[in-house]
Amino acid sequence: MDSVKDASSRILNILNDKLKTDANISDSIVTTIYEKAEKIANEVLMIEDKKKINWDKKIDDILTSKIFGYPIMLLLLGLIFWITIQGANYPSQLLGKILFGLENKLTEFFMYINAPYWLHGILVLGMYRTLAWVISVMLPPMAIFFPFFTLLEDLGYLPRVAFNLDNFFRKSGTHGKQALTMSMGFGCNAAGVIATRIIDSPRERLIAIITNSFVPCNGRFPTLIAISTIFFSSLVSPKFSSIIATASVIGIILIGIFITLFVSKLLSKTILKGIPSTFTLELPPYRKPQIGRILVRSLIDRTLFVLSRAVLVAAPAGAITWLVANINIDGISLLNHIAHFLNPLGNLMGLDGFILLAFILGLPANEIVLPILIMSYLSTGSMIELDSLDSLKNLLINNGWTWVTGLNFMLFSLLHFPCGTTLLTIKNETNSTKWAVFTALLTTSIAILVTIIVNLLSILFK
Amino acid sequence: MGLTSKSTGLSLLKNKYDIVKEDRDMIVIALAGNPNTGKSTLFNTLTGLNQHTGNWPGKTVSNAKGTFKYKDKKFLLVDLPGTYSLLANSVEEEIARDFICFGNPDITIVITDATCLERNLNLVLQVMEITDKVIVCVNLIDEAKRKGISIDIEKLENRLGVPVIPTVARDNKGIDELLEIIYQMINGNIKTNPYRLKYSDEIESIIKEIEPILIETLGTKYNTRWLALRLIDGDKAIFNSIDNILKKYSI
Amino acid sequence: MIHEIPLNKLPVGKKARIKVLSKNVLPKRRLMDLGLIPNTIVKTERISPSGNPIAYNIRGAVIALRKEEIENVIVEIID
Repeated sequence: MDSVKDASSRILNILNDKLKTDANISDSIVTTIYEKAEKIANEVLMIEDKKKINWDKKIDDILTSKIFGYPIMLLLLGLIFWITIQGANYPSQLLGKILFGLENKLTEFFMYINAPYWLHGILVLGMYRTLAWVISVMLPPMAIFFPFFTLLEDLGYLPRVAFNLDNFFRKSGTHGKQALTMSMGFGCNAAGVIATRIIDSPRERLIAIITNSFVPCNGRFPTLIAISTIFFSSLVSPKFSSIIATASVIGIILIGIFITLFVSKLLSKTILKGIPSTFTLELPPYRKPQIGRILVRSLIDRTLFVLSRAVLVAAPAGAITWLVANINIDGISLLNHIAHFLNPLGNLMGLDGFILLAFILGLPANEIVLPILIMSYLSTGSMIELDSLDSLKNLLINNGWTWVTGLNFMLFSLLHFPCGTTLLTIKNETNSTKWAVFTALLTTSIAILVTIIVNLLSILFK
Repeated sequence: MGLTSKSTGLSLLKNKYDIVKEDRDMIVIALAGNPNTGKSTLFNTLTGLNQHTGNWPGKTVSNAKGTFKYKDKKFLLVDLPGTYSLLANSVEEEIARDFICFGNPDITIVITDATCLERNLNLVLQVMEITDKVIVCVNLIDEAKRKGISIDIEKLENRLGVPVIPTVARDNKGIDELLEIIYQMINGNIKTNPYRLKYSDEIESIIKEIEPILIETLGTKYNTRWLALRLIDGDKAIFNSIDNILKKYSI
Repeated sequence: MIHEIPLNKLPVGKKARIKVLSKNVLPKRRLMDLGLIPNTIVKTERISPSGNPIAYNIRGAVIALRKEEIENVIVEIID
């Protein structure tokens, strides 16, 4: 060890001695390397000047233009959602019919073998039903959304998004690459949090981590789409319903982006103060997408990844929900007790106790919030077949939902605490439980505040 | 002093990359390159579905790794973050640089973009400063052709002193050649003689003073000339990396 | 010396040769690593629709940089 200490001090001595004009030395190192690279390149390159049209430039002229840049971004996003909503409709119904049909068969089987009531309850009414819902509602939109999103990524469009949006992030005191990590968040917030590694400055990275869940992830899209279809597209003729549903989802996303920028600015002015770090972003040439690879990557790596995670947490969560709904204390179910306790806060936020409980029980994964809510509503009322959006609509309206409830539900879904996986990822990435807890508290406070305001406004202007 | 430098390198590698070799004979290959050169495509082409990506697939944020077999050999391919340089002005650069220097990969492949070779050669030269065992892929050769750019591969090989292979990774072109070169290099049939940059007399004279001290302490396992250069460059991060190694020595 | 301007003032489509990165450029080393070293020829490719950042062609790659980070990079217009 002594020899090591000795060596480093000897080296430092030499350096202190010789490096009086320090800056020039490092400059000269970089310059030497680049000059040599330039020399070799000149020796081996033969460039014949083909007067070809520079398509990259033409495309970029439109995609980053002052007039069309932002509208095109919104249109592209809207188009993808519209295709997702339209395309997922039929397969979702079909899957629902098949899976819920199977539920009846399972029930018959359990009656046939004389299984005890609670076993049938936990396995079929709890686990299986939640699973069936998660798969039929989530799988089709994901199988459509992810390939399209991966296509944009593969084409090279995402860096243009970051280029267009950087100024807003700059003004919020954060890094333009936050736009990229947010894009990743559309897929999965845990992935978005990991993706923040591309941001060097710890301060800016932390801001990107804390705000990532304000981008609705894939686990929340089906819920947002379902609720917006039920409550907002019924206002117009069925022909345009998917357009209205798309518009309201886009609206929710815009609110999410606005809140992201607002909270980022707030953080960078208060507890995460500092000057913006250097920003470099390459705009690579557009490349011909590899359709085969896109499908494989997006279906196997993303769709199955997210779905399997959802399935893994949905089963136990379904079982727990059934138990909570069916364990009675003083003749009233545990679920009702808790929901009753949460009801005052829920009502203030334009929601109810069952909804808040569903979000709490849905902590493992956002995907299962709506299924849990449905189960809790069903457990208190009469059983109905739940294989279509219409029956969901009836169920919700029977439980006192209005469009205000729908809107606040969507807002709370957008803004509330990140799912368990994301929180765990935040803890891992920041190396501290503190930031995970902080993120959960901050997001949830904002969610509660915003929904209360919306609710009060709606009462005021009734 | 009980630990050998080999195991020291590996434990550092394990810290940064969480790499556990499935068996000892596995050959470790590092894949370096500028961003957007088709590095991930080459990685996917070589490893197929045998990947253990810890991160969300798509963009490499840290330690994507995968395995593949060629003839009788098994390979572990580590996809390093895409960087323009290895002079460690960012976390990605530090990760890539530390892996190439202290991780002791058996071979480092540098994938370059034929449409902007000059910028990419900057990284190639830097990698060749750290290690001898380099293979250069000139990728996107089709795109370059369309832009009227052609490259004298033989001359480039000559100038660099390491194998250069033209590829179009997305169309699987040049992959067989690459695999064969890797194989031959592992078997010792290809000797490289990488071009080493010469710096100003002032810098070279300081290197001459520092390098012997580094060799005294670290041995010759690591590239002491390059480490000396980083110290002269005032690279603070490299102090930590060296410090890590030294600490392990003293255990 | 009319032709010497800060890089962020170089109009779109114009080429310039880098003269000097003055000492008080904060991310100096970072910019040099990108290839912005004296005598390099750069071209302004495009400006973000919101006015910042600006994308330059630097040694074959198009790279976007924020205005305030390059105002101390002095260039000489050549085309």
